[in-house]
Amino acid sequence: MSISATTSSARPSRVQGRSRFFLIAVALAYVGLLLLAPIAGIVWTVIDGGSGVVRRSLAAPDVRHAFLLTGVITVMAVIVTAVFGVAVAMVLTRDRFPGRRLMSAIVDLPLAVSPVIVGLMAVLLFGRGGWFEPFFTARGIQIIFALPSMVLVTVFICIPFVVREVVPVLEEVGIEEVEAARTLGASPTQTFFRITLPTIRWGLLYGVALTAARSLGEIGAVLIVSGTIQGHTETATLYIFRALEERQEASGYFVALVLAAGSIVLLTAIELFKRKRVRERSR
Amino acid sequence: MTQGIVVQDLDKHFGSFQAVKQVSFQAEGGKITALLGPSGSGKSTVLRMIAGLERPDAGRIWVDGEEQTSKSPQERRLGFVFQHYALFRHMTVRQNVAFGLAVRKAPKSEQRARVGELLDLVGLGPFEDRYPDQLSGGQRQRVALARALAPRPKVLLLDEPFGALDARVRQELRRWLDDLHRELGVTSLLVTHDQEEALELAGEVVVMRQGGVEQIGSPEEIYNKPSTPFVAAFVGASNVLRGTIWEGHVHFGRSAVAGAHRFDDGLEAQAYVRPHDVRITRQAGDMSFEVTVERRTNLGWMSKLVLRLKDGQMLVAELPNEEIEGVRAGNRVFADLRNAKVFTVGGTELTSGEELTKV
Repeated sequence: MSISATTSSARPSRVQGRSRFFLIAVALAYVGLLLLAPIAGIVWTVIDGGSGVVRRSLAAPDVRHAFLLTGVITVMAVIVTAVFGVAVAMVLTRDRFPGRRLMSAIVDLPLAVSPVIVGLMAVLLFGRGGWFEPFFTARGIQIIFALPSMVLVTVFICIPFVVREVVPVLEEVGIEEVEAARTLGASPTQTFFRITLPTIRWGLLYGVALTAARSLGEIGAVLIVSGTIQGHTETATLYIFRALEERQEASGYFVALVLAAGSIVLLTAIELFKRKRVRERSR
Repeated sequence: MTQGIVVQDLDKHFGSFQAVKQVSFQAEGGKITALLGPSGSGKSTVLRMIAGLERPDAGRIWVDGEEQTSKSPQERRLGFVFQHYALFRHMTVRQNVAFGLAVRKAPKSEQRARVGELLDLVGLGPFEDRYPDQLSGGQRQRVALARALAPRPKVLLLDEPFGALDARVRQELRRWLDDLHRELGVTSLLVTHDQEEALELAGEVVVMRQGGVEQIGSPEEIYNKPSTPFVAAFVGASNVLRGTIWEGHVHFGRSAVAGAHRFDDGLEAQAYVRPHDVRITRQAGDMSFEVTVERRTNLGWMSKLVLRLKDGQMLVAELPNEEIEGVRAGNRVFADLRNAKVFTVGGTELTSGEELTKV
C-alpha cells in the first residue's frame, strides 16, 4: 500500500514518502479500529451464538415489534421530510419574502440541537401540562408515549437532510426550465412532476437515504418521548438498549446487526446518489 | 380584430425600482418586431409580461385581438425562446420538442409527426436522441425554437435568443431565423440589445430606454431619423459634437456642420454624426474644416481614423482604404460631415428629415 502510494506520486522526497506512509497508517487504523472492529465484533458475536440466536430473536414478539415500529417510523419520517423538504426547498430558492434567510437558518437547527433536547421539547409541548396537551387529550388522541410523538421528533431531527440536498440543485438549475414548461402549456402540477422532480431526483434520493439512515439509528429523542413500553413503543434501538441492560446480549447483537446491515445498504445508496447528483449538477 | 400583439400602458415595479413605464406598442401580425435597448431598459420584462411570466402592475395585453392580461402562461399558448435555451436537461431532443404537445395530451401519432416535421425544419433530425448537454449552443437554440413552435403558438417571443452564442454562430442563426420566419410567417417579438440584429431581422423596431419607449419605427426611420439623442447614439455608433447654433449650422470653434435649420440662433446643440458619414479630403472644400489625424487603425478593407478638431473635440471616421490612401497619423486633412442629426442640449426637438438630406 505504502509502496504504491509513494511510487505513483511524482518523485516524492524521502520525508514525504515516510510521512505519507504514516498518514495512511493512521487513517487505516482510525477507520479500522473505530468503524470496522465494532461491526466485526457484532457479526462475530451473532455467529458465535449460532443460528439459534437468529431463530429465537426473530420469534420473540418484542423483537419483531421493535423492527416493525422502527420501520413504520422510518417510512413516515421519510415521507414527511421528503414532501415538506421539497416544498421548503422550492420556497427557499424560488420566492423572496421577509424572513427567508431566517427560515433558511432555522432549517439547520436540528443539526445543532441534541436529540435529547428535541425529545424534551416535544414533552414540554405535548406532555402533561404542555401547550397542546389539552387540545389532543380532549379529542382522545395520545401524542406522548405513543407513535405520533416518536414520528414527530424523528421528523424534526431529519428536516435538514432533504432541504439541504435539494436547495443547491434547485439553485444550480435556476427557474428557466420551469418557465419554459409553463409557456409550453404545462400546469403547475405537470411542471412539478415532469420538470422539477426529475431535475432534483438524485439530490432528493440522497436526502431521503440520509433521513432513513438517521431514522433507523435514532435513539435519544425517541427514548425521551416514547416511554419505552415493551412491545408498544419500543423501537429497535430502544430494544438493544434494554436487551443489554437485561443481559440478553445475543438478541441485542442480532438486532444491532440487522440495523447495521440496513445502514450499510443505505450508505451504498447514498454514495451512488451522491455521484449521480454531482454528475447531474455538472451538466 | 387586430392581428398581432398589442400592449397598452404597461407598468412594472420591482420593489421601488420601476422597470417598465407606460409602455405601449403594436407588433404587427405575421411580422418580426424588435424590442431594442441596452440592458436594464425593461425590454425583457415587457416580453415576460406578454408571456405571462411576470404580472404587470398596470396596463393591458392583447394577442390577435384577445385580451391576455390576467391569463396564466399556460392559457396564453405563446412560444417563448430563452437566451440560455432552458432546454429540459433530463429529456432528449425529441422529448423536449414534444413537451408542449405531450402536456396538452395530443395523440402520440400526432406528436410523433409534428416533432419529426419540426426537427426536419431546424435540421436536427439526426440528433433526436441526444441530450441537451451533447449539443452545441447553436444546436440547443434551434431545439429551443423547435420546442416553442411545436404547439403552433399564435406568437413567438424571443428573449435575446442569440445572446449566449459566439459571433459567427450568431450571424448564421440570424440568417436562419430570417428564412424560417419567411417560411412560417408567425408573429414574432424579438428582444435584443444588438442594434444590427434588430435592423436586419425586424420590420419594425421599438427602442426602449430606462423602462420607457423611446421611439417606434421601421429600421430605416430608427437609423436615419432618430427622434432622440439616445436613439441616435444607441442605433449605430455615433460621434457627438457639441457646439452653438448659428444660421442653421452647429458651430464648434471655426468648424461647422449643417442640419440645424429648425433651431434658433445661439442655442447650445449636439450634432450626432456616424463614422461612415465623415468624408476626408486633402484640399479644403466648401463645408469642410481642418482636422488632425491622431491614429489610423486598419480594419481590412477600411480604416478607422481618430481625428482631432481645432477646438479639441474628437471625431471617429470609418472610410474605405482606397479613399484615404497615404493618410497617416499626424497628417492635417479636411473633414466634411454628412447626415448630422442635431439636438438642442436639454431639449428633445429634432430636425426634420428634409434638412438632414443635404449638407
